[in-house]
Amino acid sequence: MNLKDVFSQLNIPAQCKKYGLPLWQCPHFLFLIMGIIIIASTLIAYAIGTRYIEDPETMALIVLFITTILLILAFTITRSFERLAEASRMKSEFISVVSHQLRSPLSNLRWAIELLMSGRLGKIEEKQTEYFRILKENSGRMQELVSDLLTVSRIETATLPLKKKEIFLPDLINKLISEFEPFVKASNVEIEFLPEGNLPEILADPSQFRLVIENLLDNAIRYIKDKGKAEIRLEKKGKNLYFEIRDNGVGIPKGDQKYIFQKFFRSENVMRYQTQGSGLGLYITKAIVERSGGKIGFKSEENKGSTFWFTLPIK
Amino acid sequence: MVYTTHKIKIIMKTILFIEDESALQKTFGDLLREEGYEMISALDGEVGLRLAKEKKPDLILLDLILPRIHGFDVLKQLKEDKETKDIPIIVLTNLEGIGDVDKAIALGAKTYLVKAQYTLEEVLEKIKKALE
Repeated sequence: MNLKDVFSQLNIPAQCKKYGLPLWQCPHFLFLIMGIIIIASTLIAYAIGTRYIEDPETMALIVLFITTILLILAFTITRSFERLAEASRMKSEFISVVSHQLRSPLSNLRWAIELLMSGRLGKIEEKQTEYFRILKENSGRMQELVSDLLTVSRIETATLPLKKKEIFLPDLINKLISEFEPFVKASNVEIEFLPEGNLPEILADPSQFRLVIENLLDNAIRYIKDKGKAEIRLEKKGKNLYFEIRDNGVGIPKGDQKYIFQKFFRSENVMRYQTQGSGLGLYITKAIVERSGGKIGFKSEENKGSTFWFTLPIK
Repeated sequence: MVYTTHKIKIIMKTILFIEDESALQKTFGDLLREEGYEMISALDGEVGLRLAKEKKPDLILLDLILPRIHGFDVLKQLKEDKETKDIPIIVLTNLEGIGDVDKAIALGAKTYLVKAQYTLEEVLEKIKKALE
C-alpha cells in the first residue's frame, strides 16, 4: 500500500459514497466519531476528575454517561456493518435473479434461430443468411455474458458445484487450441503448445478447467497485436503442475495490474483495442484455480506482452 | 391410404414435452415433426402426468420449473407409477443448482441437459439416442 492509497482510505466521504451509504450509517465515519469521543472523553474525564475528586458520585455519573454514548455508537456501527453485508448480499442476489431470468428467453431465442438456420422449415435466401448469422452470433455473446454472471454469483454465494475428476490437461489444451483455430487464424496469430513429457493426471473439475484455459487462451489471442505469438508451457514443478501462457500482446499498464483479477475490471489500454468483454474472465479464472488448491499470477509489461501462470497440486 | 396411415403410426415414435415455455413448445414441435416424430405438448406438470398415463409416449422431455406440479415431483410420480416407470425421461432445464443433477438421476431420469449448454442439434442427438 503506498501513500496515495493511505490517503484515499482516509477520504471518508468518498469511501462511504462507494458503498452507497449516508455518513451516519457508514462504518468508516462512525469509527472516526467513536475515536474522537474516546479521546475527548478521556481528556474531559481527566479535567473533571481532578476538580471533583472529592465527589465520587458525580464522577461515576460522568463515566456512566460516556459509557452509554459509546455503547450506542458501537451498536450503530454493528448495524452499519449489517447494512453493508445486506447490500453485498442483495447485489449477489440481483446478479443471480437477472441471469436466471435471462437464461430462458435466451435459450428460446437461440434454438429458434438454429431451427430456422438448419433449413428444416424452408430454404433461407443467401441475403438473409448473413442476418441469421448476426442473430446467432449476438445471442451467443449474450449467452456467454449471462453464463459468466451466473458463475460469478455462484462463486460469491459459494454455490458453484465442484465435480472433481481425473483429467489430463495436455489433451484438454490441445482440444481447446483446435477449437480456437478459426479465431487464431482470423486474428493472424500463432499458438505454440510445449508440454513436458510424462505429465501426470490431475484431480479437478473438467468443465471449470475448460473455462480457465479458455479464458487465458482467449485473452492471449484477443490482446496480441497482429502477427503475434502465444506460447503455452505445461510442466511438473515439485508437487504441482505448472501452466504458463506467454504472449507478446498489448500488456497491462503498471497502474492497472493490481486490479486485474477484480470483477468487471477492464484495463484502459485494452479498451482501445477491444471494447467487447465483461471483465469477468480473470475473476472467474482466479476463483476456480484457488478453490482447486492452486495459485495464479502474472507478469506483464505494457506494449511487450503478458505471461499468465497457474499451478495445480498433483493429486 | 388407410393402410399407409396405419403403417406410419406404428413407425412414428411419440415424445411428450412437458414445458411451460410456449416458444420452446413451438420450436420443438416443428423440429421433432420434421424429424419424423409425433410430439405431444403439456404446459404444466399436472397435464404432463395425465398425458403420460393416457398416451404412453416413447420418451418424455421434462422441464423442472413448472406450474402446478414441480418437475421433480412429476419425475418422482412418473417413476413410481408402474404404467409409466419404463418411459425414458430426459430432463431439459435451466435449473443448475448444487445437487439438482444428482437428484434427478437418483429419481430415475436418463439424462440431464442444461438448456444453456446445448445447441438444438445436440439436444436432438440426445433424443435420438434415448429412443434407440
